[in-house]
Amino acid sequence: MASGAELTSKEYITHHLTNWSVGEGFWTVHVDTLGWSIFMGLVFLFSFRAVAKTANAGVPSRWQCAVEMVVEFIDSTVKSTFHGKNTLIAPLALTIFVWVLLMNLLDLVPIDFIPWTAQQIGGALGYDPAHVYMKAVPTTDLNMTIALALGVFILMVYYSIKIKGIGGFIKELTTQPFNTPWLYWFNFILEVVALLAKPLSLSLRLFGNLYAGELIFILIAMTGLFQLPMHFVWAAFHLLVIPLQAFIFTILTVVYLSMAHEHH
Amino acid sequence: MNINATLIGELIAFIVFVGFCMKFVWPPIIGAIETRQQKIADGLAASDRAETELRLAQENAKKQLVDAKAQASALIDQAKKREAQIIDEAAVKAQAEREKILAQAKAEVEAERIRAKEELRKQVAALAVAGAERILQRSIDEAAHSDILEKLVAEL
Repeated sequence: MASGAELTSKEYITHHLTNWSVGEGFWTVHVDTLGWSIFMGLVFLFSFRAVAKTANAGVPSRWQCAVEMVVEFIDSTVKSTFHGKNTLIAPLALTIFVWVLLMNLLDLVPIDFIPWTAQQIGGALGYDPAHVYMKAVPTTDLNMTIALALGVFILMVYYSIKIKGIGGFIKELTTQPFNTPWLYWFNFILEVVALLAKPLSLSLRLFGNLYAGELIFILIAMTGLFQLPMHFVWAAFHLLVIPLQAFIFTILTVVYLSMAHEHH
Repeated sequence: MNINATLIGELIAFIVFVGFCMKFVWPPIIGAIETRQQKIADGLAASDRAETELRLAQENAKKQLVDAKAQASALIDQAKKREAQIIDEAAVKAQAEREKILAQAKAEVEAERIRAKEELRKQVAALAVAGAERILQRSIDEAAHSDILEKLVAEL
């Protein structure tokens, strides 16, 4: 616990789970989510761009090797799942994988470091430290994961219509699983639910895993001296969850997009 | 957990990042990887080819060595045969030469012998005449008795 006795457990948890918000109503913006996610995105793009600029087929440098390993991993994953010709899906998968991985990794920063630092800076700038919020892990914000899933969903619908035509897409939504005109309305309900479930499950799975992980870190932080070994154990376990969730998000994106490309 | 404008911001960020990745990050890296893979595949194929070529060259060299040895021994055989032939020919020639020289020498000796005999005959005749002359000196007429002397000489 950072600031000790003057905070109750409830206040401590609430403080950690509140975003730095600017604005009113729907037009509220979570500055911390946006800032950290864009920062991580830029870390990804610049570090990979540095390799891309000097990439050649000669003997690679160490960093180039590391980047190429990630790229090849994504490339082979995409190739084993998606059999069409599409120049978007592989870079999309790479962006999702590395970006989500980097954002998830913020979860391993000891939970008080970033909020506490923000409070000190905020305090120094003349704000009330108790109302300076900094929730660093963007993937524990539903806005972040829904935005990702929504992007994927838009692409799913776009490619479904592009490949099969608007008629083909509607046909796919209505003529299965029961192929009788009597039950087309029922098929439509089923298929729309299935279609919407994809982005929803995609976003909620990532959000849920990371939010739960974060919450448990917060709870462990309140257990006094015992938190040290418990933090270690939970961090070690979370170290598996972080890349796993990034990978699941990536592979499901590829699977959904390849389903959008297939004719039924 | 409010859904709010952050979502729109993140969506825009997502689209921009994916676009940047698609344009400037993915193609050069995957291009470099694929080019390198191609280079490695080419290198491996080249080394395989070189190995095969080396084996063929070694086999070829071995065959040529065997051929050369066979050729050399054939040449040696031929030379030996030729040598024997030359020696035989020389021996035959030498024999012929020897016989020729021998025959010539014999002929010469014979001719010499005949000549000497003739000479001797003549000298004996002269000697006999001279002896007879001395014995008979005055009394005997050389011309009258020459036929007798001729007969005597012929009997020699």
